[in-house]
Amino acid sequence: MAAYQPLDFFDLEDQYSEEERMVRDSVRSWVGERFMPGIMEHFENATFPMELVPELAELGVFGPTTPEEYGGAGMNNIAYGLICQELERGDSGLRSFVSVQGSLVMYPVFAYGSEEQKKEWLPKLASGEVIGCFGLTEPDFGSNPGGMLTTARRDGDDWILNGRKMWITNGTISQMAIVWARAEEGVMGFIVPCDLPGFSAPEQKHKWSLRASVTSELVMQDVRVPEALRLPKAKGLKAPLGCLTQARYGIAWGGLGAALACFDEGLSYSKERIVFDKPLAGFQLAQKKLADMATRITCGQMLALRLGRLKDEGRATPQQVSMAKRNNVELGLDIARVVRDMLGANGISLEYQVGRHMLNLESVYTYEGTHDIHTLAIGEAVTGIPAYR
Amino acid sequence: MNIVACVKRVPTTDAQAEIAADGTSLKTDGFQYMISFYDEIALEQAVQTKEASGGEVTVLTIGPASGSKEVRECLAKGGDKAIVLADDAWMQRDCRSTAKTLATKLQELGAELVFMGRVATDRDNAAVGPMTATYLGWACVTDVVEMTLEDGGGTAKRETEDGVETVRFSLPAIITCDKGLNEPRYAGLKGIMAAKKKPLEEAGAEDVPNQAVVTGVAPPPERKEGRIVGEGVEAIPALIDALRNEAQVL
Ligand SMILES: Cc1cc2nc3c(=O)[nH]c(=O)nc-3n(C[C@H](O)[C@H](O)[C@H](O)COP(=O)(O)OP(=O)(O)OC[C@H]3O[C@@H](n4cnc5c(N)ncnc54)[C@H](O)[C@@H]3O)c2cc1C
Repeated sequence: MAAYQPLDFFDLEDQYSEEERMVRDSVRSWVGERFMPGIMEHFENATFPMELVPELAELGVFGPTTPEEYGGAGMNNIAYGLICQELERGDSGLRSFVSVQGSLVMYPVFAYGSEEQKKEWLPKLASGEVIGCFGLTEPDFGSNPGGMLTTARRDGDDWILNGRKMWITNGTISQMAIVWARAEEGVMGFIVPCDLPGFSAPEQKHKWSLRASVTSELVMQDVRVPEALRLPKAKGLKAPLGCLTQARYGIAWGGLGAALACFDEGLSYSKERIVFDKPLAGFQLAQKKLADMATRITCGQMLALRLGRLKDEGRATPQQVSMAKRNNVELGLDIARVVRDMLGANGISLEYQVGRHMLNLESVYTYEGTHDIHTLAIGEAVTGIPAYR
Repeated sequence: MNIVACVKRVPTTDAQAEIAADGTSLKTDGFQYMISFYDEIALEQAVQTKEASGGEVTVLTIGPASGSKEVRECLAKGGDKAIVLADDAWMQRDCRSTAKTLATKLQELGAELVFMGRVATDRDNAAVGPMTATYLGWACVTDVVEMTLEDGGGTAKRETEDGVETVRFSLPAIITCDKGLNEPRYAGLKGIMAAKKKPLEEAGAEDVPNQAVVTGVAPPPERKEGRIVGEGVEAIPALIDALRNEAQVL
């Protein structure tokens, strides 16, 4: 396999600080050397490479923006974005694992937790000693989580949780879950240790997308959670939505990573593949595809870069995050499909990356706010008229 | 212990080599750089030695003033401080010029144990380590694949064509590191953050004129197109015949 050469058509290299480039390059090498050799097998066997979790922790990719006092690296958002980009260049399942641990588990503990909760959980999550998951979606409520049926009922010093969550990344392999439930006072968040009586997390099988990622149901039957494990600052639906904004930000970069991997594979393949006596890349039809893909990736790169800088200045809005997630995942999926075609029959073989990315990105298109839901978010931002119902 | 890792910034190994107009060097535009493969092993060995026996690791390089990213990476991987001897023509230096400049600096630093790569992946000379040691009058063990330290010296194993050689050496010493000595670590995020605060000192590189000058670079001869001699086990005799009689490599 030729060395990975990600497109940088507009010479964005000098837009990144030395430190940001170091982070990117370190994760890029790790993915190439440690993750890529095994991903095909894991995808086929529908397993996540748990053996690499200590190495991911050593790299420091779990919650990299978390302050050092809580076990993080105190990195900026651009560095976090670049990490997501490089991980998803490997596989969306790898990036999902890291997004969940950082943005959906560490972030709510950091943003809505008490000082004791932060001190207790964040270092363990950063070191990978504890793996967490995020339970919001339910069988009947995905795009509209406000309808959730999972309940939290106060009982003395405890809360009793009942309900079912679906499509929960890492559920079965987690030691703790962030669970969102409806109480009389509104939606609340809980840290739920997965060994509590009444809690189970059976794996959801037969996925043809994100196969190298564990997806689970969370079943809660009278799970007794002490008040000390409720996230005190999480009040209402805006708390889980705040976590999603963090994760979606990373996904905007992740989509680019998958797109860059597919484009790189398609470009090098088409330069080598001889059809009708000359390289495929020398035909106008192929060049049109390559030019379109290069242009879309470049636009996506600039969007992500600007969004990251705005986020570091504390100025990024959820609507901007929606636009970047929507645009960059769609371009990733479109590019995967085009490259799949350019590889001919090889495009359907898992020996090449593109088919895996194409299948994975179908999930990424749907989770963390479906493409259409983000369309509505942007629509509302530009018109001032909400059109969700 | 005062440990030094000497590293060189080289073009990445996937760089497309194109001969420059002067005919004596390669075009550098579009090159990306990295720390030479074996120097990564040298750095790792230096850091592991510090972690096991204490001391300080200085990263020493002759290189461009602008090449700080690769040197910072060495600090992120465990080096304590870095010294860049600035020379924009670092890739044109001959081995002697490099060795003499390094020797002067190593002496000044009071180095006790110095790790270098077996060879730099750009110029492929494998000479700077032994030459530097010669200038200094120090022990030198090359192509080391295993080593331990004892009082005032150490034992190193080196792989040769004939087998594994075990060598006892005294300090100060220069060890040139081969593949297999260790697995270089990745720069972790915490290391990268810590590296920002570590000293990176820049000094002018001693000007030592080259005694060996490259007068021409020609591309390697085109490889002849391959030939498929057959398929499966039945093809083995034909393959051996071709390797023995045609290619004459057996
Ligand atoms: C692999 C995978 C991993 C996941 N991991 C997690 C996880 O870790 N935690 C978690 O909580 N969830 C997770 N999810 C769930 C994911 O977030 C939801 O699937 C997603 O929010 C969509 O919800 P839904 O599947 O119920 O689809 P629905 O909401 O039923 O949507 C179906 C279709 O209707 C459209 N639609 C919905 N509402 C509107 C509207 N108002 N107007 C127009 N169109 C609309 C949607 O765009 C979509 O096309 C995961 C999903 C997958 C596939």
